[in-house]
Amino acid sequence: MTRHIVAAVGEIPENGSKLVKVKGRPVALFHVDGSYFAISNVCPHEGGSLCHGKLVGLVQSSEPGVYEHSRPNEMLQCPWHGWEFDIRTGQSWCDPDSIKARAYVVSVEDGAELAKGPFVAETFPVSVENQYVLIEMK
Amino acid sequence: MSTSTLVRAATPPAARLRLVDCDIHPTVRSMKDLHPFLSAQWREHLDSFGQRFRQAFGGATAYPKATPALARRDSWPADGSPPGSDLEMMQRQHLDANGIDRGMLFPLFPRALDERNIDCAHAVCAAINDWQVAEWTSKEPRLKATITVMAEDADGAVAEIERCAKNPAFAQVALVTRPIEPLGRKRYWRIYEAAAYHGLPLGLHNSGNNGHAVTGGGAPSFYFEEHQGVALSMQAMATSFVLEGVPQRIPDLKIVIVEGGFGWAAPLGWRMDSFFDRFRGEVPHLKMKPSEYLRRNFWWTTQPMEEPEQPEHLRAMIDWMGWDRIVFASDYPHWDSDDPRFAFKIRLNDQERQNIFAGNAEAIYGERLA
Repeated sequence: MTRHIVAAVGEIPENGSKLVKVKGRPVALFHVDGSYFAISNVCPHEGGSLCHGKLVGLVQSSEPGVYEHSRPNEMLQCPWHGWEFDIRTGQSWCDPDSIKARAYVVSVEDGAELAKGPFVAETFPVSVENQYVLIEMK
Repeated sequence: MSTSTLVRAATPPAARLRLVDCDIHPTVRSMKDLHPFLSAQWREHLDSFGQRFRQAFGGATAYPKATPALARRDSWPADGSPPGSDLEMMQRQHLDANGIDRGMLFPLFPRALDERNIDCAHAVCAAINDWQVAEWTSKEPRLKATITVMAEDADGAVAEIERCAKNPAFAQVALVTRPIEPLGRKRYWRIYEAAAYHGLPLGLHNSGNNGHAVTGGGAPSFYFEEHQGVALSMQAMATSFVLEGVPQRIPDLKIVIVEGGFGWAAPLGWRMDSFFDRFRGEVPHLKMKPSEYLRRNFWWTTQPMEEPEQPEHLRAMIDWMGWDRIVFASDYPHWDSDDPRFAFKIRLNDQERQNIFAGNAEAIYGERLA
């Protein structure tokens, strides 16, 4: 497993996204409430670019006429057909057993730590004063 | 939201099949985009009074859609103007990226197919037609225009078809699919005769509001429910065409049903045929079984793609209707658009792929697609 530096902390605004490429694979990186989440950019349905998706809350209903809104900005709606994925797991909300957008482990590290390696940052300048977002990928 | 754009390489032309997209939606930034194509009288009228439709809130759709401007969220031009209003973006994001050789324009906004003021409707339809040529087809030869006409006044509709038909930029005629009376009614026949005379198919895209519920079963509560109702309204329309005898009277009329689903096509034919022996005395003007008119005069576009639980069932559905009856459409830039690379979840052989993505459309539209 290799960890890849893909963004600097502060670079992606709150509830914003960034399309990154790790080992040639497009990955959508999201910043929600101080945490970072990474999910394969290709929607498993028809290939919509998930980094253009909309972050919404989870709306549930125990019966008609009763609505419950929770987990603000933790559900990702594909920009094309609106399929929803749990941003923490990549699981499809409607069909969690068979459909999943691949999610990756994300961490935040200090530049000073990264300077020691062994991280992959060929295309990303790292300065010791900043913090960085890393994605784990084999 | 800050995003970066996914860059997809355009497919090299030599390595792929031709591709005809039978449903692309160009949009005005505002109704002022039509001003160059309207007389001073109608410019002033629209600025002062606006348009009238058979619904509340004239500037809105009857139901809130799934997404803003019912569009793909990645289709908004950078300057914030509406999706489908920027030719350069349409070229980059759709025509080039997906290798579209011919794309049929179908304007929904601006809208005048169901404008209630008859003269205003004809003026705006004519402006929409001229705008398609000036702003789209003359700048991008891959695009073809649609002659939009307001069907409730056949005189004006026929005059507009006659005005536009000689321009090869136009490939089809569009009418509202939810008119005041079902489209098979005799009051509309002159429009169909004019279209057939000029070799123009009817491109009938779900559109308009006649003031009745879309379903016939009452007014839907949800957009989801209305979206389901669209296919029902298109079945009612096709049934009216057949049983009123339109394709019997005008055998060379071509009717392309756009964005109305196609899974119902074969079962509708079966159902009509199964009662034809019982009811044929009521409709003695029909000389063939209803399904034979469906198979001769009607075509269906693919989008929104039927997605059965078992993908192979899609093959059975197309077997039933005929592989020459179905043509690809993307619906770009709307939220439920289909990507030609991923829309079919079944393996198509080369001939099937060629027919659906280009050959069938070329057979329908002929030299109008040139």
